[in-house]
This record gives sequence, C-alpha cells and structure tokens, in this order.
Amino acid sequence: MLQHDVLIIGAGLAGMRAAYEAKKKNVDVAIISKVHPVRSHSAAAQGGINAALGENDSWENHSFDTVKGSDYLGDQDAVETLCREAPADIIELENMGVAFNRREDGKLAQRPFGGAGFARTCFVSDITGQVILHVMYEQLLKMGVQVYEEWFCLSLIVENGVCCGVVAMDMLTGKLEAIRSKAVIMATGGLGRVYHPTTNGLICTGDGMSLAYRAGSPLMDMEFVQFHPTTLKTSGVLITEGARGEGGYLVNAKGERFMGRYAPQRMELAARDVVSRGEQTEIDEGRGVDECILLDLRHLGKELIMQKLGQIRELALDYADIDALKEPIPVRPGMHYQMGGVKTDAQGKAPLPGLFAAGECACVSVHGANRLGGNSLLETVVFGRRAGAGAADYVNDVPATAVSESAVAEEEKRIKSLFAREDRGETAAKLRLEMGTTMKANVGIFRTRENLAKAVDKIKELKERYKGVHIQHKGRVFNTNLLAAIELGFMLDLAEVISTGALARQESRGAHSRMDFPQRDDNNWLKHTLAFCTADGPRLEYRPVTITRWQPERRTY
Amino acid sequence: MQVSFKVRRFDPEAGKPPYYDQYTLDVPDYFTVLDALLQVRDEVDGSLALRCSCRSAICGSCAMHINGHAHLACKSRIQNFASKTGEIVVEPMGNMPVIKDLVVEMKPFWSKVQAVTPWLIPEGPPPQREYVVPNSAMLELAGVMNCIMCGCCVSDCTVLTVDKSFLAPAALAKAYRFVADPRDGVSEERLRELSKRSGIWDCTRCFECVQQCPKNVAPMERILALRAKAMEVGFTNNIGSRHSESIARSVKHSGWLDELRVPIESAGLFNIKALIGYIPVGFRALVKGKVPPIIHRPRPGADSVKRIFEKLEVRK
Repeated sequence: MLQHDVLIIGAGLAGMRAAYEAKKKNVDVAIISKVHPVRSHSAAAQGGINAALGENDSWENHSFDTVKGSDYLGDQDAVETLCREAPADIIELENMGVAFNRREDGKLAQRPFGGAGFARTCFVSDITGQVILHVMYEQLLKMGVQVYEEWFCLSLIVENGVCCGVVAMDMLTGKLEAIRSKAVIMATGGLGRVYHPTTNGLICTGDGMSLAYRAGSPLMDMEFVQFHPTTLKTSGVLITEGARGEGGYLVNAKGERFMGRYAPQRMELAARDVVSRGEQTEIDEGRGVDECILLDLRHLGKELIMQKLGQIRELALDYADIDALKEPIPVRPGMHYQMGGVKTDAQGKAPLPGLFAAGECACVSVHGANRLGGNSLLETVVFGRRAGAGAADYVNDVPATAVSESAVAEEEKRIKSLFAREDRGETAAKLRLEMGTTMKANVGIFRTRENLAKAVDKIKELKERYKGVHIQHKGRVFNTNLLAAIELGFMLDLAEVISTGALARQESRGAHSRMDFPQRDDNNWLKHTLAFCTADGPRLEYRPVTITRWQPERRTY
Repeated sequence: MQVSFKVRRFDPEAGKPPYYDQYTLDVPDYFTVLDALLQVRDEVDGSLALRCSCRSAICGSCAMHINGHAHLACKSRIQNFASKTGEIVVEPMGNMPVIKDLVVEMKPFWSKVQAVTPWLIPEGPPPQREYVVPNSAMLELAGVMNCIMCGCCVSDCTVLTVDKSFLAPAALAKAYRFVADPRDGVSEERLRELSKRSGIWDCTRCFECVQQCPKNVAPMERILALRAKAMEVGFTNNIGSRHSESIARSVKHSGWLDELRVPIESAGLFNIKALIGYIPVGFRALVKGKVPPIIHRPRPGADSVKRIFEKLEVRK
C-alpha cells in the first residue's frame, strides 16, 4: 500500500506551500492532484497579494480593513495572524523568485485594492497568481516533493475516528489505490462550479470540502459566497480588481459613476460585496447596459494598461471583442469565491483528528462574510505554511494507523454500480446545469426566504435524480465522464449546505444579503454557521465569533 | 452558426487505430473551440477525453491541434477557425504520444523543464527584505513568466520532430527566465550547460514557436537572447557560435556568404569526423549543380558592408 506521513490533496498554492513547509521539516510528504500543479486555479488570481509593507502602513491597519471587510464575522485572532505574518511570507515569495513589480527605488510596488485603507497589494502586472504558482512549483521540484499527478481523490479513510488516508484513482489507468498517511491536508480550492456561471475553472468543484464533510468534519460559514464585481458577460471570465485599483471607473448606462450612491468615499474601491450589490441594483433598476455595467479604463492611458493590465486587455479582446484602450468593457457581478469551508484552527487543524485544511477550501476564518481582494493569495501562503507545519508536527506525535483494504473495495463497488446503471438515466451534465442556474437565480447576490426555500427543495430533488444519473462511457482510462458524475455528487452536497445555511441566517451580513432581513443583526447572528453531514442533509450549529480588539461597528465605505 | 467538428479519436482500451468523428453543432458566434468540445462532451458524446480548466488561457490545459497547428482551445474563437466549408479539424498536440483522444503524454515535456534546473539559485543568503532590483528587469521577467507551460511551442517545434533530445522552446524560455534574473547567481553555469548539444544552438529559427505561443512569450527570441549572452561570456567553442561567427566574418569581408567556408569553420578545421560527414552533402550538391564557387570573390559594395560592421562594432 502507498504510504506517506503527510498527504496533501490539491496542488494549488495552499497545497504546494504546505508541502514545501512539511518537506522542510523533514517528514515524508506527497501531493495528490487531479491536474498537474501549474494547472491549478491559483493561476487565475490576477490582481495581487496583500501585506502591510509600506512605511505608514501596519499589520493592525491591514487587520482592521480585513475585519471590517468581513462584516465582523472573521475571527479576529486568525485575522491578526494572517496580517502579522503577511510581510515575511511575501518577502519569502520574492526571494524564491516571484518577479513582483517594483517602485522607482527598486523595492516592491503596491497598488490600491478594494476595502483597503492603504495601497498594500503586491503584484506581478496582472498575472500575480500564475507567477507565484509557477515559482512555488519550481520550489517543489527543487525539494523533490512527490506529486501524484492526475490522481482523483474519491474518499477519506477514517478508522476509529481518525483520518488516516485516502482512496484515489489514477486517472490515466482508472485504477483505484489506497494511500495511507498519518495526516491529510485538504487544499482543493473553491467550489465555483456549484454556480453557473462562475469565474472559477472547470476543476473547481469543491471536492475537498465535500470529502471532509462526508467524513464527519463540519463546514463553516458556507452561505457566504462572493460575487466579483467585474466578470465578462458571456464567458464569466474574471477581470481583475486591479483594473479598479489602477483607477478604472464603473459607469452605468447614463454614464454616471454610480458607486457614489453606495460608497461615497471609496467609490469603485469599496469592498466587493458592496460594489457587486451596487452594480446589481443599477442593473435591476434599469440603468444597466444589456444586463451589464461598464468598466472604463480609457483614461488610464495606453502605457499603463499595456504594462499593468495587459492580460485584461487581451481577455476582453479574446472573449468580448472589446478593446479596453478604445471602449469600456461590459462587466457584471459573477460568482467568484467561497468564504466558508472546512473549519480549521490557525494551525490548519480540522475537528476530525488527522485532517488539516488550507486555502479556499478551508475556513479559519479570516474572510468572514466577505473577503477583500488580495487576501486569498495571502491566505494560501500563510495558512498553507501553517497547515504544513501543523501536520508535520502532528505526525511526529502519532503512530501510523492500520488501514484495511476494504476502503478500496468499497469505492470500486460504488464505481461499478455507477457503470451498471441503465442507459436511460439523465446525464450528469444536465443536472449540473440545473444546479448551477438554480443557485445563481436563488442563492445569488440578493436573497429572500422564498427563493432560498425554492433552492433547498430543488437541490433535494436534484440529489434524488442524481441517484439515477447514468455514465455514457464505461472505459477506465481518463474517463472524464465518470469523474464529472462524481464531482456533481460533491457539488450537490455543497449546494445543499450553502442554501440551507443561507435560508437559516435571518440577517444581511457581507455577501449574504436578505431582502427580507436587510439589516445586520449582531444580537442574534454574530456567529459562525457549522454544517454537519447527516443522512437527512446538513445539521446546523452555531459558534461564537472571536473578537479581540474591534467591536462591530456600522460598515460604510 | 453551424459548425462541423472533425475530431481525432483514440481509445487505448478499444484496441483499434485512431479514427475521426464528425460532430455538427449550432453554436453562438462568441463560442470558442473549447466551448464547442464541452458541448459535445455534455450533450453528444461523453467519451470524448480532453484536458481543460480555466477557460481563460491561464492554466495551459487545453492545448491541441486546431486546423493543423497548436492552439489553446479556450482562446480559439470558432469564427476565426471555421473554414469556408464550416469545418474545424481538432487533433491532439504534436511531438507528444497520445494517451486518449486529445489527451497527450506530457512527461517528456516536464522532464525537459526539469533539466534546465528551473529554480532561482541566488548568490549567498537571501537579504532581510526583498532584492532591490530595477522594475524594468522584473517587467522583462514577467514577459517570459507569462508562459503557462501549455506545450503549444513544443507541439509544433520542427527540430523536436527530428531530434527527440532537443530541449525545445518551452524549457529554453524557462532557462532564459533565470539567466535574465538579476537575482540569480549562477547564470554563467546555466549558459555553459545550455551551450551544449540539444541546447540553444540546436534551434533552427523556424519561427513556429513564436507563431504558436498563445501568450506572446516568443520562445525563439529568448533562445536567441541566450545565444548572445552565452557568446558574450565566452562560450564560443561550439558549432553554433562558430557558425554564427563565420557567417558574420564572411559577410563582413566579402559582402555575402562564403558557403564553402562556413560549414568548415563551423565544424572546426580539425574536426575530421564532421568534415568527412560533409562529403555526401557535397557530392549531392555536385550532382545537382549547386556547388558554390570555389573562389569566393567580394560583391560590389562589399566595402560599404564592411563599414557598417565596423560602425556597429564600435557602438558595442
């Protein structure tokens, strides 16, 4: 049986940073990922990564902006850790080879980002995530970390209440294997594909969140889903916040910079939930342009656009036939990020012993009800590192657990039964689209009891129909037909948790806006939602928010 | 618009040779080839295997041959590829073994990337803070770090087709990224390695990689920059640099190429084995009447050419 001390699921930034740290601590670490590491979705992060490096800035300022951005739902001790450790982690990335843009004096340049009181976002033009991801991969090659490339994780193995490995499929052969490990770190990223459309890649199906949830580890704050203010209309492709950070305007059909109505001080650079609500309100009240708002960069000039926003210009040209040098880009809010995830502590430890998590699939929680731009890449490196160290320390103290071969046999049986279904059933693709459009329509930017209840019912119905989904292709080699069906199973679980949590939360906070409960309600709802997996769907519990120094205040930008 | 896709299929489990499937779809004109292939997979034929993820040309998964050349399917708008007959031919990338349908084996690709020691090796311990370096140097790096390792350049590399050992454009562009990095401390060692066989001098400058790169990395330009840097630091004892020096010398002195002298000078006067290797080529040239004149005379205006050379040399 394959065996490691620490096994990391997912090879994006959080996973690779965790592997790097565990390897440094001399434990036997391996990564398993359903795609080659550099194909991971961290590459899509464009705008940058935050750290208080400026002479007049401080980690306390960064923390306050993050807490306020989270609409006071972020745990303030975790936020402080994130912001205090940010500068050292970013310097380390730079020392590893990330080609951050520089100021005149050769030191790191920083651009303003939404919801931030200072220009504290470090960047590599508009390809920040991609460059950091590739540099992190270089470090893995240097360290000689083993990667099970194009292996798909099917389930966690839990023996006597301890997580001790996974059952996974080698996608190129279709063969199932158990991999035993003393600790498993989930770093599988987001779940964007639960929604349609989304900025997220096709691989972002929330596998790790669902695997942990099914294995008995709770998910936290899943009702908080971020809609990014600037996504392209047809494809849902992301246009970086850096475009506004560099000075881009949002205008409506009348040519007004409408953000003055919603965020008089910060305008386009308010927090993302505020900007997205502003845009959606303009569109809903008839001041949109073909269901979109216009992002105008023309006044920034050709040189700045080409140097700092070149990829953005290219994306708009390729996918919308718009040249940002000459005309504004039609954009609209689009599903972008899951604030919630596998509940962990600041060492990445989940309540299920042996399980750790980091990055978007985890919830520490530093983003609370709304994440600030530039804080997600930061979270991956800070908490990826901490989870790697946490898991390495943990495995030194625990003996290896024996794993029975029955885990593989069980998964094999499940796959065989999927193949054996009648060919008359529905396809996973059909159900996936229904799920995505249901979530977009009913669990979107503005929510109501009626819509949320509709979503909960619809997801339950889809879960029933899922039992009859049939797999057209029965081969074992690179069978994406089979994997898509398994991914849909993961996503339906998550859609249920998101909509159930959203229906229960009777207030508006951050990205969760209830038309029927428009105010934030700190007396009753200043608390985290925990969702536990049961046979009848999620069971919700609540936990207090950790507040260290910032009492909740009215949140305006 | 109505488009017909002719897709090369191969299923290693079916025990039959590759074949083509035809799918006709009615798609909106903003669709990309990837959108169409996903529609095929979702609605027509679930067995179609391909790699894909981001849909925005950043993850590098969906490189494939579209109408005979390597492209990212997600960056290829249908309206730019459908021929007059409304057909688009989709095949797996070249220069890589096919695993299934459009999925190719990329292990050799990655092992070549690994062969260029693809990580920063600074001189001495890192500074307490960031390295203080000019922004222009970082922007230059960002240009080459725009590479997403999709493999389009390697797929269509004409050298790799005849010489499997060639490091090929992607790995060489990656090598340039370190050589050009002011923070790297071992550029000279890197250039020494790259000057060896299978390295920078094996590129024939066919421009395919520049043409196919979807991210404007222009790998061949990076290879040429590496050559210049390698010669600058004195790695000239190889066929490639002797070749380029010989051509320059010939043009400088006579205004045109001395085709008899260049191969001899490139191989090296005492490289008997290589010189013997030229005999069959010479013989074939003789048969076809393509032997260059034995006595190489200067062209009219050769003096002007010489003056240009001298001016440029002074400017350096």
